[in-house]
Amino acid sequence: MLDEGTPLFLQIAERLSSDIVDGTLLEGSRVPSTNEFAAFYRINPATAAKGINMLVDDGILEKRRGIGMFVVSGAREQLIRQRRERFAEQYIDPLLAEAFRLAIDVDALVDMIRRPENPEHHQNNYPQGKEAS
Amino acid sequence: MTLTVQVDHLTRRYRGQLALDDVSCELQADTVTGLLGRNGAGKSTLMRILNGQEFPTSGTVLVHGENPLENDAVLSRMVFVKESQVYPDIKVKRVLEAASWFYPNWDADLAAQLMDDFELPTNRAVKKLSRGMHSAVGIVLGLSARAAITLFDEPYLGLDAVARQIFYDRLLADYAEHPRTILLSTHLIDEVADLLENVLVIDRGRIVVDAAADDLRGRAVTVSGAKSAVDAFTAARKVWHRTGIGSLASATVGGPLDDLARTRARDLGLEVAPVSLQELVIRSAQLGPEHRPERISA
Repeated sequence: MLDEGTPLFLQIAERLSSDIVDGTLLEGSRVPSTNEFAAFYRINPATAAKGINMLVDDGILEKRRGIGMFVVSGAREQLIRQRRERFAEQYIDPLLAEAFRLAIDVDALVDMIRRPENPEHHQNNYPQGKEAS
Repeated sequence: MTLTVQVDHLTRRYRGQLALDDVSCELQADTVTGLLGRNGAGKSTLMRILNGQEFPTSGTVLVHGENPLENDAVLSRMVFVKESQVYPDIKVKRVLEAASWFYPNWDADLAAQLMDDFELPTNRAVKKLSRGMHSAVGIVLGLSARAAITLFDEPYLGLDAVARQIFYDRLLADYAEHPRTILLSTHLIDEVADLLENVLVIDRGRIVVDAAADDLRGRAVTVSGAKSAVDAFTAARKVWHRTGIGSLASATVGGPLDDLARTRARDLGLEVAPVSLQELVIRSAQLGPEHRPERISA
């Protein structure tokens, strides 16, 4: 289910942040407990806790004593900012490397991205919350 | 963190044979540790010594700071489930009853629940159980005892995949509610990899890996691609394992790769794939002691 290589706690943190970014997990809402995560992903609770605590340290989640863990308001924007900073390195660089290998020039690449059947591209069709764009 | 078990320069020799060779390791309180290794590597010997069922030839073992040998204070807080457990010739429910007298934290509700989960007949004599059911009884005991230290030595001989999954799920759930120190030895490494917080790999009586499970992910990677590219990439690296076919090659090298190495691999057109815990264990056991990467520790 989870991939090898990346430490599990990072994967847990990554999934939670993805849920926040795409709006599955709203700001102010409660996130599942460590034990619920552990049971769901069938992983050690300490590992799940490590992933959740990482997001607490980053100011994405906050612990409310006795109630649970919640998504901080402003978390989504913060995550989007972080991810944009990593976007070029994570997605553009490998894309260009493969394009180069296949002798696809940048113009051809842009045409491919602009292809009308590429639904992701349609202007203003961002997943809810285009204020972030 | 609190240390629950401390093993210091432990050696166990059977006649001429060295079962444990200068083993030192620790178990932190309330963690799940996997004890992995091949048959005859010394896993069971280590567990028996921890449980006071066997004497060390030399070295010391401290459990909760005390020697476990004939020490009731230590042993009543420990449960040991082994593959070859022999029970007296009584019914399953009598086995549970006896266990409830022995283990101070025994949870009868949990035992009943587990009996149900594994569909175990309480009224049948233990002797008449199938191999898998016999193993399941051991698991019921091991979990329901809720002992501060729980040792599972290959607990699931004959258990089918469904029953094993039940075991993992119940173990995780009860551990989350009631944290305790669990040491689990197994051959089914891929199945338990995600349950483990720490990993001990033992080979020919020696500990060869002692690390946090998370640190082991990415500890080795396999690069594959054109033979010349693999050669170029591995020139200055220690190669754990190498295979090839025609002009293609694949090599397992120590990781994790830093950004520079990843970029280089990409520039050379190499595929980089992480190595699973199971493969890592196999590699550490296959390499002779002389080529083995220095003991991996966290």
